[in-house]
Order: sequence, then structure tokens, then C-alpha cells
Amino acid sequence: MFSDDKSNGGNFLGNFWAKVAHGFSPAIIEGETCQIYHEGSNGVSIEIEKLNKSFGDHHVLKDIDLSIKPGETFSIIGPSGTGKSLLLKHIVKLIEADSGRIIINGHDIEDPEVRNGSSDFRYSMVFQSSALFNSLTVGENVGLWLREKRICPEVRIRRIIQEKLRLVGLEGKEELRTSELSGGMKKRVAIARSLAMNPDLILYDEPTAELDPVTSDELARVIMSLKDKVKLTTIIVSHDLNFALYLSNRVAMMHDGEIIALGTPEEIKKSQNPIVRNFIYTTTKGIQGEGD
Amino acid sequence: MQILKPIGNSVLYVGQTVGEMIALLCEMLYFFKEAPRNLTSIFRQMSIVGIETLPIAMLVALFVGMVLSVQTGSELALYGTQEAIGAIVGLSMVKELGPVMTSLLVAGRVGSSMAAEIGAMQVYEEIDALKTLEINPVRYLAMPRLIACLFAVPALVAFAMVVGIIGGGIVAEVNPKIDVPFNVYYENMTRAINYKDIVKGLFKAMVFGGIIAHVGCYVGFKASGGARGIGESTTRSVVLSFLLIMIANYLLTRFMI
Repeated sequence: MFSDDKSNGGNFLGNFWAKVAHGFSPAIIEGETCQIYHEGSNGVSIEIEKLNKSFGDHHVLKDIDLSIKPGETFSIIGPSGTGKSLLLKHIVKLIEADSGRIIINGHDIEDPEVRNGSSDFRYSMVFQSSALFNSLTVGENVGLWLREKRICPEVRIRRIIQEKLRLVGLEGKEELRTSELSGGMKKRVAIARSLAMNPDLILYDEPTAELDPVTSDELARVIMSLKDKVKLTTIIVSHDLNFALYLSNRVAMMHDGEIIALGTPEEIKKSQNPIVRNFIYTTTKGIQGEGD
Repeated sequence: MQILKPIGNSVLYVGQTVGEMIALLCEMLYFFKEAPRNLTSIFRQMSIVGIETLPIAMLVALFVGMVLSVQTGSELALYGTQEAIGAIVGLSMVKELGPVMTSLLVAGRVGSSMAAEIGAMQVYEEIDALKTLEINPVRYLAMPRLIACLFAVPALVAFAMVVGIIGGGIVAEVNPKIDVPFNVYYENMTRAINYKDIVKGLFKAMVFGGIIAHVGCYVGFKASGGARGIGESTTRSVVLSFLLIMIANYLLTRFMI
């Protein structure tokens, strides 16, 4: 997606020493601006066609067809073990499908230009466990992608870190170790780390898992505020129905590796599908105000 | 026919493991070109492998040299040839005990910790997070560890050789059964050892260092199944490293004689 900085020095020795100097410094690019850094995010469209995945005899994803519009907040709900997270991992290329296609902004993700990262969109994922790096501070976690890509001067990276932490309500927490954070804070740092890439697509895998209702609510507000501030496509995988219905433009319900219901939150709430109704009843004991 | 199934599965498993290990090694070697950009990480790993292991490696080497001297010296004294103790301890420490003992120590201390650290990152989705951040985990995690081990283990072994020889010399001097003055011990030792022996010993250490990092990273990347999986990966890394070090030691000794 981004080429490395090769502008320093016109000869082999010059390039070599520039690399060595980089080795000892997080970022030595001079000036205030980034070399290649898309300042804004643009939502991407996603088309999933006949996606299948099996592990041995276990057919986990069965002919999944899905269409997600640019800028949409889309939730995939369903009980544990129905293949929701697996579907997410296919979209970010962590797992390869047995058959079927995933097309993002018109590009099949198996195309070489997408595979080697030279496509015109960026994606990022917030993992269920937050997946923060324990050896790094909060600020270093958030700035990791920028520093590894070496596309921005250090002064700019620090500013981006501050800006992204402010977006998730963790201003001034750059120097904290990840072990000093609560579960909710870890999730928010993970979101800030994803936002530092200015992604066009952000995926949340069970964002409310292991969080108490108050912290879940805080997180929902953070994601909701991002919807207003950052234009990107969002996919949320959750078994927290209220969370998904509150945040999403559209919701799909998965059951036994298949999409069994798809629609707006209102349509899902009114679904007559017995599996959907049972899921709604067991997870919320009826949605407040809807009667059942 | 049923009896053939587990045999076939085991053959396939070993074949797959060997194939994956070769693929990982090739990828780590490919990313050597990125080493200048990762010097901070490489030096951090060198510090863990080298400096933090140095005290225990010195202690082990000292006692290995002392035990070697006391065991061999007392036997040699029975035949009045105890003056050869310098040559025996020196050659043993330089050619075999220094590289092998120190590498086994590093495999137990550092290799297992590499497997546990990378294994935990694998289990807790940090490796997947790196991939979604477009950071190659082999380049970011494995390559710096391999380079660090390739340089730090020979450095440790060099210290171990010296300390072991000194330990042997002290015992030879103070043990009344052996009673070989240090200058005689030293003279015999320097006459027996030439620089090629030292280079060969250090080369062995470099290979063993590579094995430790390679196995630690491979086992870590393959970890699965929560805390238990992480625990199993540390055990696997130690066992596999020990085994490969012993095999490599035989082959290197065989071809370097």
C-alpha cells in the first residue's frame, strides 16, 4: 500500500546508512507532513459472493452472500459458534475461503494488488481481546503502524496519536502501560490504534465481550461518535443484540454458518423468523417497548 | 491396515513440521535485508540473549571447567600425567562443552521464553493484529531474534570458554591431588589449542544460536489453545532445540574434524 522511504541518498551507501539511522530511530523523516498518508477515510463497498469455509468435515460458512454499502455501519449478530468472527477474518484476509469471493471497492481481495497491499483502500480490525502489545505503551501501540511504515515525521506521529486518543476519550494516556488499563480502556486504545491508519473499513470483533453494561454503553457511544466524525464503513460482529441494533444501519443474523435474516434494526426486531425471535427473546428478554 | 494410519499420520506430521520450519527459515533469511531498519529491536533481543544470560552462563561454565578438571585431573594423577590437564580442559571447553553447554542453557532460558512470548501473542490475537496493521510478524518478531541469537550466542560461548578454562586452572592449582601450577596449565592449554579450534567452536555456537531462535519462533507461531497451549509450546521448544542442537553438534563435529 505504501512504499518505504527511499529518497535519502542517491547511492547504495547513502541508502544503507539512511536505513541504519532509521533502525535506531522511530521516524527520522524531516518536516511536518507525512509523505503518503491519506488524511481522510472513505467508506468502501463490500460484496461477499457464495463464500464457503470448512474445517475437516465441519462446514462453518455456507454460501454466504452479503452486500455492504460504503459508509454503512453493518452488524452481524448471532449466537457463539455460528461463524461470525470467521467471516470477519476472511474479509481482512487472515483466513482464505474454500470457495467464493470477497470484493472490496470493486477489487477481489485475492487479486495480487490487494494481496500485496497496493490497493487504494485500508482496513483495520479491533479484536475481541483488544490484542494490544504488552511491551509497548498506549502511545506506542497507537503509533505502531505509522512508525513501522515510516511515512510520517515523529512530530506528526505524536500529534496523530494525541488526536486519535482524543477521539476515543483517552487524551493524555500515551505513557500508560497496557497492563494499567481497564478492559474498556483497552478496547478504546485498540480502536485508536485502528483509527491511526485512517482506515476506510473498520471491523469490530465482539467489541463488548467481557465488558460490563456500563462500559459497553461507553464503548457504544465512542463508536457512535466515530460514525459522525469519521466517514468509514464499519462492520461489527456481536452477540450483544442491543449494542448492534443501537449502532447499525443494517443487521444480518447468522445461524449455523448461514445468513438467516438481513435488514434494518427495525426489520430485524419485527422478524417473524423463529430463530431470530428466539435469539431476540433469549438475549434481551424482549426488546423494551416492543412487546412480545 | 488400521495400524498404518497412525504411522502415516506421524510421517505426514513430521513432513509438515519440517516443511513449515524450512519455509519460516527462508522467510527469516529473506527479511535480513530489513535488518538495518530494525536495529533497535535486534539490540534489545541481543541484550536479552546475551547480557541477561551472561551471569548464569559464566557460573555454569565455571563449574563445568572445575568439575572437568577435578574429575580428569585426579585420574591423570594416578598415571603421573596430570600436566596434560590444561590441554584436556582447554580443548573440551573450546570444542564441545563451551558451545554445547552454553547453547543448551540459552535454549532453556531464552528459547523457551521466545516460544512463550510469541505463543502468547499468537493465542491472544496479537499476531493477527500485526497482520491487519500490515506488519509482517516474521520480519517484526522472528528476524530480530534470529540475528540476535546468531551473534549473542557465540559471544556468550566465547566468555564461557574463557571462564571454564580459568575454573579448570584454579582447581588444577589448588587441588592437592592434581597440583598443577597455573602457568604449566596455561602453557599446556595454549600449546594444544589453535585458533581454528576456537573458530570452529564459535561457528558451532552460531549454528546452535540459529537453531534456538528458529525453534523458539516456530513453536511460538504454532501455539494454540490458551494458557495450556502456551505452556506446551515452551516445553516443545526446549525439547526440540535440545534435540536439534545434539544432532547439529554431531554433524558439525563430523564434518569439521
